[in-house]
Amino acid sequence: METKFKIKNLNLYYGNFQALMNIDMEIYENKITALIGPSGCGKSTFLRTLNRMNDLIPNVSIEGTIKLDNKDIYNKDYDLIELRKRVGMVFQKPNPFPKTIYDNIVYGPKIHGVKDKEKLDYIVERTLKEVALWDETKDRLHKSALGLSGGQQQRLCIARCLAVEPEVILMDEPTSALDPVSTSKIEGLLEELTEKYTIVIVTHNMQQAGRVSDYTSFFLNGKVIENDKTEVIFSNPKDKKTEDYITGRFG
Amino acid sequence: MTARPQMDYEISVITDELLDMTQLVKESIINASKSLEEKDSQLARSIIDNDEQIDDIEDAINDKCLKFLATQQPLAGDLRYCISIMKMVRDLERIGDHCEDIAKYTLRFENEEYMKELIDIPRMADMAAKMVKNAIDAFVNKDLRLARKVWKADEEVDEMFRNIYDELLDIADNDSTKTKQSIMFLFIAAHLERIADYGTNICEETVFVMEGNYEMEKQI
Repeated sequence: METKFKIKNLNLYYGNFQALMNIDMEIYENKITALIGPSGCGKSTFLRTLNRMNDLIPNVSIEGTIKLDNKDIYNKDYDLIELRKRVGMVFQKPNPFPKTIYDNIVYGPKIHGVKDKEKLDYIVERTLKEVALWDETKDRLHKSALGLSGGQQQRLCIARCLAVEPEVILMDEPTSALDPVSTSKIEGLLEELTEKYTIVIVTHNMQQAGRVSDYTSFFLNGKVIENDKTEVIFSNPKDKKTEDYITGRFG
Repeated sequence: MTARPQMDYEISVITDELLDMTQLVKESIINASKSLEEKDSQLARSIIDNDEQIDDIEDAINDKCLKFLATQQPLAGDLRYCISIMKMVRDLERIGDHCEDIAKYTLRFENEEYMKELIDIPRMADMAAKMVKNAIDAFVNKDLRLARKVWKADEEVDEMFRNIYDELLDIADNDSTKTKQSIMFLFIAAHLERIADYGTNICEETVFVMEGNYEMEKQI
């Protein structure tokens, strides 16, 4: 099992407020790691440190190291465009561009210099097939993506993310706005995606974390309380705080 | 104050039923021994009749556990507690069946004089009944010390069984007219020995609920 991300002594501050404290963690390649914890515990902030999305927020300062394949992504020489290509992101609410389904997917590859029509066509078909959306959309590729259902839009966003061939996909509550059928389609998809990608997912749904992930980290007040194989966290957690949270006796 | 009142309520209902079932099973063990000792056919028949009640409680508890799992989706300690209860009620139900078998032997002996006074078998039954009761108490009260104590007590029951076995074998060897009764008493002792074993299973569930493993030896 290869380590994809190695996080060492990570601290993050919003101004004077410390949102992440001394995080040490490893995220393994081709595995799904779930981040769980109550609102405001730092899990989304942590997720965003993995592709430096927090750089966009004023007054954020970060200490410690996050190594992706052994290279510190916070090193000043690290290529940010390259990082965002390697580490893609899917958000809570489906956010397709107000463009056609086709244009949504080719947007990233075009920015990265792919111009060949045949190649772009191939990327559209490949990624839509990867997210099991091809059959539903192949006859309407040039229609607006906003006409798709919520679940389809979210799968399109995942396809858009896959179009630039990332290595890691960060997902911030990707199914919390979806109905159970769309949710189970995305969950089924996640498992298939681990053949090629490493996935880190923030979820508030304990059962979802239990169903889909290989590893689970429990965050509380900016700290990682417990990080272990998912089956251990959900059947026999070591820390009482983890137990209280996952059994719903927290607070 | 708890954040999951419905979950805690359902756990307490299931626990109460487990305690009811334990009481019935304990009475069955004691009555099985008493009816055998006193050749009380009526009491023996009541054990056979009551076994159905034990089976019904087992079904009711399993049904509640199933609904609890489906609707409350317990995790960690709550999940282990529910899984353990489902295993223990099967053990308790099996104990009920052993008592029923002992009661059937009593009825077979109905018109026969015993070849000797019963001393060790009632003692063994008394110990087994206490083991089962204490094992469930240890589980419900999450009392590892009591669970350990009960688990260790099984060694005494095993020792008693070995002594009874030797004694009955000796009797059967020396007097062929007593072979039939020796075999029957041996079966009865074997049933009691199994009942005590189920008691140890229940003790192991206490360790599982509290520690998440079945390593009873580590507790000793």
